[in-house]
Amino acid sequence: MPVPDWTTVSRLAFVPNPETQPPMIVAQNLTKVYGDFTAVAGIDFTVARGESFGLLGPNGAGKSTTMRMITATLQRSGGDLTILGKDPDKFGPQIRAHLGVVPQADNLDTELKVHEKLYIYGRYFGLSRKYLAKKIEELLAFAQLEDKRNSKVDQLSGGMKRRLTIARALVNEPEVLLLDEPTTGLDPQARHVLWDRLFRLKEQGVTLVITTHYMDEAEQLCDRLIVMDQGKIMAEGSPASLIAQYSSPEVVEVRFGSDRNVAVAEKISHLGDRMDVLPDRILIYAQDGEAALAEIIALGEHPVTSLVRRSSLEDVFLRLTGRTLVD
Amino acid sequence: MSAGHWRGATNLVDTNRIARFGALYAAEYRIRNMLKWWQAIVAFGIGNPLLYLTSIGIGVGSLIDKNTNGSGPDGVKYLAFIAPALLATAALQGTMEEVTFPVVHGFDWRKVFFAMHAAGLTGKQVAQGVIISAITRSIFTVSVYWVILWAFDAFSSMSALWLIPVEIYFGTCFASVMMAVSAYLKEDDGWFAIIGRFVVAPMFLFSGTFYSLSTLPLTIRWVGWISPLWHATEIGRYFSYNHPIPSTMLLVHFGYMTALCVAGLLIANRKFALRLAA
Repeated sequence: MPVPDWTTVSRLAFVPNPETQPPMIVAQNLTKVYGDFTAVAGIDFTVARGESFGLLGPNGAGKSTTMRMITATLQRSGGDLTILGKDPDKFGPQIRAHLGVVPQADNLDTELKVHEKLYIYGRYFGLSRKYLAKKIEELLAFAQLEDKRNSKVDQLSGGMKRRLTIARALVNEPEVLLLDEPTTGLDPQARHVLWDRLFRLKEQGVTLVITTHYMDEAEQLCDRLIVMDQGKIMAEGSPASLIAQYSSPEVVEVRFGSDRNVAVAEKISHLGDRMDVLPDRILIYAQDGEAALAEIIALGEHPVTSLVRRSSLEDVFLRLTGRTLVD
Repeated sequence: MSAGHWRGATNLVDTNRIARFGALYAAEYRIRNMLKWWQAIVAFGIGNPLLYLTSIGIGVGSLIDKNTNGSGPDGVKYLAFIAPALLATAALQGTMEEVTFPVVHGFDWRKVFFAMHAAGLTGKQVAQGVIISAITRSIFTVSVYWVILWAFDAFSSMSALWLIPVEIYFGTCFASVMMAVSAYLKEDDGWFAIIGRFVVAPMFLFSGTFYSLSTLPLTIRWVGWISPLWHATEIGRYFSYNHPIPSTMLLVHFGYMTALCVAGLLIANRKFALRLAA
């Protein structure tokens, strides 16, 4: 696919239009090999301006390796990669200067105060003191860290550290904000605060690339995503289209006890569109979950626990790989 | 943040500017971090020479001067003899502190070098930033030490002022080697303690710091010859009290330290770039 000249296209910030704007990232047959181990096995994807793009997969799927290649911090072993219209092998520093990166682990200095961290990070981009004085106030407000401006990193909670790392990545007003597992290790409340902040960025038209192994996160934040496993892309599409394509609208989860699940599964195997028997529960994919559960009970089987829910990306992943996302 | 203010990095960030001044931006971070410890740096910078000069310079010195009628090793009073060596030691140790733990901090403990790299700085610029901050520390340490030595009447002529730039330069040369070594350490794992005990301490003891190297048997004198501290001390004595050095040896001292500097920087630049892109 020919890539338009990114630099000559007029900037229409916050008016994303994939039809007229060149893609921010184009990966073709992107590969990363470490010795005998293939971490990323020839994947293709494109990220459009203003899009919120996700890489979903379990630990070890190759998401973070892909992320490091598209942040121009890790050299690819093969394939073609264009970020902001440039080849990262030739223009790594120039590309990185126009991106915002939130790594998996917060690499925050322990000695500097919160506002100093934002200042110093801005200085790495050569931004002026005058610009930064104003920008730091905006970023502190955005990250809800105004009260913590003079705190050191050890005085911040996990959620605050993540918000600070995100605020730091925004100091140069990046063309693409790339977040590697942004909410891993956070409690539910901190995750929701973070999602809210990211959603605001998305609303403003900031291009987001997010890796995650949380299907709820991908559903909340991503317009489009690729499902990765063992370095390959298993599926690509919007969360809704993936669910429609690879799962049924509803799922019944029933537990009969680990010693009885297999026996009961045989008895009710005709129910629903499809069934997965996991060690601790049986999943029945159905058009109407409540009706399927009623049939199970009508057959004389009374589950210890039962749950009828909407189908999710977790089910898509299970269907595609035979495994759950979070082991 | 409102959309109206958003200019976008392409319009906001000048990549040519980063290419030119990136090392200074990296140094700005390191110096800011260093200043968080300014009390310790000042206390050490002043306390260290005071303790050494009082105990060895005056204590041991009076004993030696009494037994040699004031013309100890090299024909000068003992304080004048050890002053350049102590200054060289302070220069080397001060810069070493800024290139050892900070490098492990940057790569492993807090991974801040990876944040710099993600922002567009190159491995070479990060390494240069670390060295610039070490030089900054050295300027302070050497200047304070020199003033205290001067106050103790350790110098006989104003040519001793040359010691300040020369020892800062030699300290930087040693620092570049130590930075290269530190870049190879995956974790501290006690390596700095080992380096301190088996490299720095022998260097301090066998570099002609407290006595002329020529008094050592040849079997051990080579430790001094390869020791950056001996070269720094010899040059220091030359500028301090005209310690006689043949001009070829002047070239050897400067050449040896410059070679260490170039090799250290080249290795460090390469290793920094490799580790940040691994």
